[in-house]
Amino acid sequence: MTKEEKYQKLKDIIKIYLPEDVNIIDVKEDSNFISELNINSANLVDIVLDVEDAFDIRLENEDMDEMQTVANALRIIETKLSEK
Amino acid sequence: MGKRVVITGLGVCAPNGVGLTDFTVALTNGTSGIRFQSELERLKFGCQIAANPLVKDNVLNNYFTPLQLRGLNASGLVYGVIAGMDAWADAGLEPNATNEPYWDYGILFGTGILGVDKFREAILMIDDQKVRRLGSTSVIQTMASGVSAYLGGNLGCGNQVSANSSACTTGTEGILMGYERIASGKAEAMLVGSCSDSGPYVWGGFDAMRILPRGYSDKPTKASRPMSASAAGFVPGSGAGALVLESLESAQKRGAKIYAEVLGGEINSGGQLGEGSMTAPNSLAVQRCIRNAVKNAGINAEDIDAINGHLTATSKDSLEIRNWSAALGRKGRDFPYINSFKGMIGHCLAAAGSIESVASILQFSEGVVFGNVNCEDVHPEIAALIGEDSIPKKTINYSPKIIAKASFGFGDVNACVIFKAFSDEHQAETSR
Repeated sequence: MTKEEKYQKLKDIIKIYLPEDVNIIDVKEDSNFISELNINSANLVDIVLDVEDAFDIRLENEDMDEMQTVANALRIIETKLSEK
Repeated sequence: MGKRVVITGLGVCAPNGVGLTDFTVALTNGTSGIRFQSELERLKFGCQIAANPLVKDNVLNNYFTPLQLRGLNASGLVYGVIAGMDAWADAGLEPNATNEPYWDYGILFGTGILGVDKFREAILMIDDQKVRRLGSTSVIQTMASGVSAYLGGNLGCGNQVSANSSACTTGTEGILMGYERIASGKAEAMLVGSCSDSGPYVWGGFDAMRILPRGYSDKPTKASRPMSASAAGFVPGSGAGALVLESLESAQKRGAKIYAEVLGGEINSGGQLGEGSMTAPNSLAVQRCIRNAVKNAGINAEDIDAINGHLTATSKDSLEIRNWSAALGRKGRDFPYINSFKGMIGHCLAAAGSIESVASILQFSEGVVFGNVNCEDVHPEIAALIGEDSIPKKTINYSPKIIAKASFGFGDVNACVIFKAFSDEHQAETSR
């Protein structure tokens, strides 16, 4: 899977959690999930579960704490996939 | 005296009709929502019939966002949100589009237990050591205040947003609690209602108590027989009803249509003393509840021209009629019209009071008293107390002025509310 494919896959996951006033085209690599994309913090755990299912990996609590931005998420996914 | 309180919106998700139009037609025609349930057969229930609302999947998109629909597995929440949103729209009110909460609008939406299917899902996952896989939806779909929380967010209400619970009295109790909040000037409008989940995990406990009718799998619509000599137990049901209660002042300022006025009522308990117990009513308290409701409403017992009873289709129906008769001091041909909608919709448990109140109030706007089904053979003890004409077997054209509605629940709890056809007496006087 190329980096671009992973990014696209992640964006597809994020899409459903965006509030009405945020569009998917607003999602950039450096976007902060909570402060910029206005995603409900409770939904971050759901994004983590969706990422686990989509990429067949397992994220730990520390990973979740680190996952502040889209770029953070991509890097964590990258690391987990390379460890497989 | 407190503020006058009127009903300006209704919403319903009932076993025999989702939405006011379908529900009204079903009640008028005596259409049953009781069906054979293959799942209950598979699980070897004694009673394999039940009454649940039929909600089409595509309808859900009108009430829930795609995100809310993900992992949604709480039927009571679905029914409650549908009824609540419908009632709000029916009242001509809009969801809040500003950043300022609606400080004067509140929500009180009760239930007995919410999201049992979701809870089961969580239990299975937890027992499988997968608690981390629950996601964020487990709590919000199983908390008792789940419906009021969803509605509160959808509508942006800033007054009290809460949930009451008093078993099968829940819905009727909620109307009185909302009424009191408005009458005392603490809110301008309250969206009140109640819901009950569908399914074996809610109904199983009642099946185990052997209080549900057996042997009706091939004739489900005949199973629920309130006031009948052949009543064999209550048919379990589910659904939700919702009402927008509003101060008369606020309703008139908005130019809202007014279904009826809430004159007041009474809530009490028999203390599980005397003949009362966890599951049986103390007649002393039931009669006191009805008498005080009449008194608090500022009417006389003879003003009541229709009653919607609790009347679940068990052996207790005769006792209930005796209590109404004694409390109102009315018997024989002098007894008002009385009906039970449970013959069509079963006993919707925590949702019963709200669904049946919606139906009772529709009788004002329709100019009818909805008929009773399955009581061709009125119980002799009931026939000895009140006139046969008091129990319409078919919907009759009659415009009730004052309707009394009561609900009784496990824990020996009672609630009785008095509704009145709306007339603006003050306005009538000045225009003369």
